[in-house]
Amino acid sequence: MSAGTDDIKALVNRSYRHGFVTDIDADTVPPGLDESVVRLISRKKHEPQFLLDWRLRALAHWRKMREPHWAQIHYPPIDYDAISYYSAPRQKQDGPKSLAEVDPKLLATYDKLGVPLHERARLAGVAVDAVFDSVSVATTFKERLAKAGVIFCPFSEAVRKHPELIERYLGSVVPYTDNFYATLNSAVFSDGSFVYVPPGVRCPMELSTYFRINAANTGQFERTLIIADKGSHVSYLEGCTAPMRDENQLHAAVVELIALDDARIKYSTVQNWYPGDEQGRGGIYNFVTKRGECRGRRSHISWTQVETGSAITWKYPSCILRGEGSIGEFYSVATTTNYQQADTGTKMVHIGAGTRSTIVSKGISAGHGQNAYRGLVKIMPSATGARNFTQCDSLLMGPNCGAHTFPYIEARNPSAIVEHEASTSRISEEQLFYCLQRGIGAEDAVNMIVSGFCRAVFKELPMEFAVEAQNLLAVSLEGAVG
Amino acid sequence: MSAPGTAAGTARTAGGAPHADALLQVLDLHVKAGEQPVLRGVSLAVGIGEVHAIMGPNGSGKSTLAHVLAGRPGYEIVSGSVRFEGCDLLALAPEARARAGLFLGFQYPVEIPGVNNAYLLKAAVNAARRERGLQELDAFEFLALVRRQMGLMHIDESFLGRGVNEGFSGGEKKRNEILQMLVLEPKLALLDETDSGLDIDALKVVADGVNSLRAPGRAIVLITHYQRLLDYVVPDIVHVLARGRIALSGDRTLALELERRGYDWVADAATA
Repeated sequence: MSAGTDDIKALVNRSYRHGFVTDIDADTVPPGLDESVVRLISRKKHEPQFLLDWRLRALAHWRKMREPHWAQIHYPPIDYDAISYYSAPRQKQDGPKSLAEVDPKLLATYDKLGVPLHERARLAGVAVDAVFDSVSVATTFKERLAKAGVIFCPFSEAVRKHPELIERYLGSVVPYTDNFYATLNSAVFSDGSFVYVPPGVRCPMELSTYFRINAANTGQFERTLIIADKGSHVSYLEGCTAPMRDENQLHAAVVELIALDDARIKYSTVQNWYPGDEQGRGGIYNFVTKRGECRGRRSHISWTQVETGSAITWKYPSCILRGEGSIGEFYSVATTTNYQQADTGTKMVHIGAGTRSTIVSKGISAGHGQNAYRGLVKIMPSATGARNFTQCDSLLMGPNCGAHTFPYIEARNPSAIVEHEASTSRISEEQLFYCLQRGIGAEDAVNMIVSGFCRAVFKELPMEFAVEAQNLLAVSLEGAVG
Repeated sequence: MSAPGTAAGTARTAGGAPHADALLQVLDLHVKAGEQPVLRGVSLAVGIGEVHAIMGPNGSGKSTLAHVLAGRPGYEIVSGSVRFEGCDLLALAPEARARAGLFLGFQYPVEIPGVNNAYLLKAAVNAARRERGLQELDAFEFLALVRRQMGLMHIDESFLGRGVNEGFSGGEKKRNEILQMLVLEPKLALLDETDSGLDIDALKVVADGVNSLRAPGRAIVLITHYQRLLDYVVPDIVHVLARGRIALSGDRTLALELERRGYDWVADAATA
């Protein structure tokens, strides 16, 4: 473990040294966090005063907070003073010049994922972006969205163009005081996505951050804010579908969703940040706060996540069911292999009468992976007739992995109905032999059985994403059964 | 025992004499499960085009024999050999045996939740086709192939979209096994107590399925406890497995005699 600690330190220091020595780039600040850094970020983004003040309040609050350690995860201490909190996208000369310079293992992975060749180059950060016509593609989308009145733009652009929406909704679901990582994010977030869907509008296409996140080589502290006004519908896809090449850093994002009366937000994530190598070296520490508020009556927020990457995943996409008759859903597949650790789940807070929530969590552990489901179902006294159904299944592959379940239920209204089902299983030798006896190879058989296990979640994903998620799962579990 | 005729009328002790054109040739096979010897010198030759029945009391090693031939892990092959189309079967991985044309109809087909029945079967068909250098079937060709057999097995279309054996009744599971067999068209089908737990109507359906696979190019081995399946699928040769050995082989009348007299006398004869 101490070797691992040194490696992480070395990597942190390396990026720090890098920024210092080159020091030509005015957009890179020295490591460490104080007011001047926050002011600089805000100035770079031409932010209005209210936002700067908000960031500064978050920073002051963060200084009084302590990193939480209640989760079922273990990692060497993070030195927050060794991190640089603002750095422009890496210079192109730092990246590989052509596909020939990219790690062949990474290319093989893209190949298995069926990512087209030019896209592979892009994902690997090869300095050939200019040849892609992604700009025009984005413009086409923008026109169609604008026609429908949908605002979909980078967060910093929204701050400039729609400050009134930002001021009204930012931090209204995840306040800057919320938790250690969300507070840190509030102080230093660099960019992210903003979506506003006007009343009665059905967003004409799935919104996706797939390209944007991959195009930007940084992005440790993104912030996403989605507002679905009365009677509107939106489906949002967040894909971190490429294993990052060399990142070994803290990723602390915040996502806030707001659904007004009769609005519906579907938020799907396929997360495949770099998980570290076979020995557990490297990988992303993913500490993310995602929360949606069903503010309006009969509103509906649905989270679907497929988590295959990151060295550490700490993530609890949650729903606050405030509006009467509102619905919250959480569908999750979390996979841990090698030395990955995941502590993930959800919170469903029932406030309004007749609110309903569904939780379906599928955890898969292989290698030395550790997988914890942590969930809270809270029924407030006002939530008459609230209902929750939770199903929480774990699948173990091999003798060295672990699955843990921490379900918390707080029911403070006697009319509430809360159901919880849980199971832990192994891929049975019988299932495997059955497939082998039908001529299906071991690797394919395992993928088939695991996909079957995850089916209840995969069917919630948009079609293309479901295929991608299955492929990802297959790649990440490769060699997990010997 | 190359031809059924040689066994006609009289029960005789088992023989494993090399069989020139046997599809399956088991010679003096000894197998342990844990510390326990289960098969103690099984010899068996199944010729192309033949239907054999292996009968025997509980615990005589019938299912073990089927599992060992299919390559199920958990058994120790102590000695002996098995040749399938002249190749060393025991040297092949289970999936290679399947692709070479060996099919096992399970006594207790396992449920694989969430895995579509049609999906598994299509993967199986295409694995075998790849092995033979044939083009893989696409979804339409595959469906056409399956539908032809589904009618015969009285299987409803909705069956295809359900999880593999998930929530199937005992009879549905068995019919599904036979459907898979018909679609995969194996050279050698080992059916492990496919008749157990079936009512008479289901038994007839299963028997029709098995009979439709009967062809000069294939062989079928029925493992069964009771002779009633043999009223519908008439075997060429009947063997009795007792205490880990083939104690007796004979023609169809042997099965009837077993029904009348039970198994004890065979077991006694085997130890004598």
